[in-house]
Amino acid sequence: MSRKIRVLVAKVGLDGHDRGAKVIAAGLRDAGMEVIYSGLHNTPDAIVAAAVQEDVDVIGISILSGAHMTLIPEIMTMLKDNKLSHVLVTGGGIIPDEDASELCKCGVGKLFGPGATINEIVGYIIAEVEQRRKKVQKS
Amino acid sequence: MGQKQAEKKEIKTKSNSNQDQYSRFPLTITAPEKSIFTPDDLTNLNPEKDLGKPGEFPYTTGIHKDMYMGKVWTMRMFSGFGTAKQTNERFKFLLKQGQTGLSIAFDMPALMGYDSDHPRSKGEVGKEGVAVCTLDDALVLFNGIPLDQVSTSMTINSTAIIMLCLYAAVAKQQGVPLGKLRGTIQNDILKEYIAQKEFIFPPVPSMRLITDMMKFCKDHMQQWNTISISGYHIREAGSTAVQELAYTLMDGFTYVEFGIKAGMNVDDFAPRLSFFFNSHLNFFEEIAKFRAARRIWAKRLRYKYGAKSQKSWTLRFHTQTAGCSLTAQQPMNNLMRTSVEALAAVLGGTQSLHTNSLDEALALPSEFAVTLALRTQQILEEESGLTKFIDPCGGAHYIEYLTNKMEEEAEKIFNEIETRGGMISAIEEGYPQSEIARASYEFQKAVDDKRYIVVGVNEFTEQDKLDIPILRIDKNVEPEQIKRVKEFKNKRDNLLVRSKLDNIREAAKNESINLMPLILDAVESHVTLGEIIEELKKVFGTWKEPSINL
Repeated sequence: MSRKIRVLVAKVGLDGHDRGAKVIAAGLRDAGMEVIYSGLHNTPDAIVAAAVQEDVDVIGISILSGAHMTLIPEIMTMLKDNKLSHVLVTGGGIIPDEDASELCKCGVGKLFGPGATINEIVGYIIAEVEQRRKKVQKS
Repeated sequence: MGQKQAEKKEIKTKSNSNQDQYSRFPLTITAPEKSIFTPDDLTNLNPEKDLGKPGEFPYTTGIHKDMYMGKVWTMRMFSGFGTAKQTNERFKFLLKQGQTGLSIAFDMPALMGYDSDHPRSKGEVGKEGVAVCTLDDALVLFNGIPLDQVSTSMTINSTAIIMLCLYAAVAKQQGVPLGKLRGTIQNDILKEYIAQKEFIFPPVPSMRLITDMMKFCKDHMQQWNTISISGYHIREAGSTAVQELAYTLMDGFTYVEFGIKAGMNVDDFAPRLSFFFNSHLNFFEEIAKFRAARRIWAKRLRYKYGAKSQKSWTLRFHTQTAGCSLTAQQPMNNLMRTSVEALAAVLGGTQSLHTNSLDEALALPSEFAVTLALRTQQILEEESGLTKFIDPCGGAHYIEYLTNKMEEEAEKIFNEIETRGGMISAIEEGYPQSEIARASYEFQKAVDDKRYIVVGVNEFTEQDKLDIPILRIDKNVEPEQIKRVKEFKNKRDNLLVRSKLDNIREAAKNESINLMPLILDAVESHVTLGEIIEELKKVFGTWKEPSINL
């Protein structure tokens, strides 16, 4: 049996809006995943360091400060530098579609906006992680 | 035809299956066990004692004798984005549209104590509000707006004392005496720990900054509201209506207790405390919440804290419609949501109101959307006849029942917090934080399971997406602002700056010194917001949230 999916729910940037992050953390936990919550006001460095230390499959970024176009690409670059490109980066917040597709180009997965359900997010994470694990096994 | 009938049928079945429509509000404690209320439900209500006349203790019906006939609520739209210059232009636009007060949103770096040129500010400058960290920024922000002629609301907490000093410094340059300044600074740090989570220092030194401000304003800025005790963010973080009511009032009592402990007479500062509530969609419950809030505050201030001034007993409040009730799907529907919420606030007797814009689940509001939101208030005022009657819902059996229920349930929460040693201990334990997180998770599950219907989100959905124009912050804002701050720092007397910072640091170690005059002196000597915060961190330390149990 494969190990449980490990997720880092990460608040990055200066905003303190943690309602979404906490709901998602509880939802993923209740769906059987192992969830690590980063706490508030993290830098991209701190998030990547936590991802390395906790050996996670997924980083779920929550950001509502409007700094997503600065901070998320920084995380992507650092993951690459740490040879962690197999980690799924997903997340949510107030992120305009235009920005989401831009972020997708640098390797970010699906970003969920207001109105997304927990089941939708759980389903997406399970499918993505399975696919990524298969790929890693093959190579 | 067949399809239409099927749709109708489905709707009918749904309303039948939901005999108790309130079960669809899983978070409210007030789910009534029946649909009609009679005088039998109000046997312990003594109208004379429990309601009073408008403008009379315990103010359940309203804080003024004539309410909106004397003065209609202030239409106060929160705004701020980009540079000080851009926000200054938006202010002038709103004043021209008939808005009667200013309300400023600051950017995240200003709220968290970083100058725009700090590395942690990267990507956040001017995004969620206006970038202000120097006296120069403040002067541009209020350029051409005589500060003795507007009332200004500033939404800022951890760094409030510095922002108020910047405002005072602008007034001094305009030749306006500080005693003439009217407005409100949010300055409610307790709800930051509980809900909005934009804290810097631990609770105890944060409370000292607040009492220092209260003391300074008592002597020099008598018309200024020193704390806007806020339930808004508590509700937005996912609390129920009762939790919002109880935690907010408990925060208020805590400020009163600290003020008294700091040696002030309760009547010297309590009249300058005001409140800020959320108005959500559960219409009757919201009206009852506002009425209960007035009654609870009046009774406690009078009987528990011994206030003698009627001004201390009256709970004045600002309302904002619920941002968390807005949806990104079918955004035009948000106009209707906001109208219902605004109506509840007015029927609840609010003193001022912000109506959210329809596009706020997508981005900061566009000018088009803000104008519609303001028009919503103007229609309520001018076309609905609402302003001619005081507390028109009062006396309705259900409203009075709910008002009583709100008070009873809030009292239970006060007791719970008191057994934990008061609000600060409860916060240190993570108690209100955990309760709110639990409530918001329960709510999300109810939405996911369709026990709670959100139109356009989990029912009545549409495939086609309506594209509405959204406000984008100009990419040049950040580099321009950083350049301005760097220039400001290069032009000043840096030795003087250092000595002012040393003064602040030493005074921070001694609780008997009021920090506010020193901070005012510092900002006038061109010390920046971020520099003062860094210096205070050396003495006060920083705060990390306790872990939350869900």
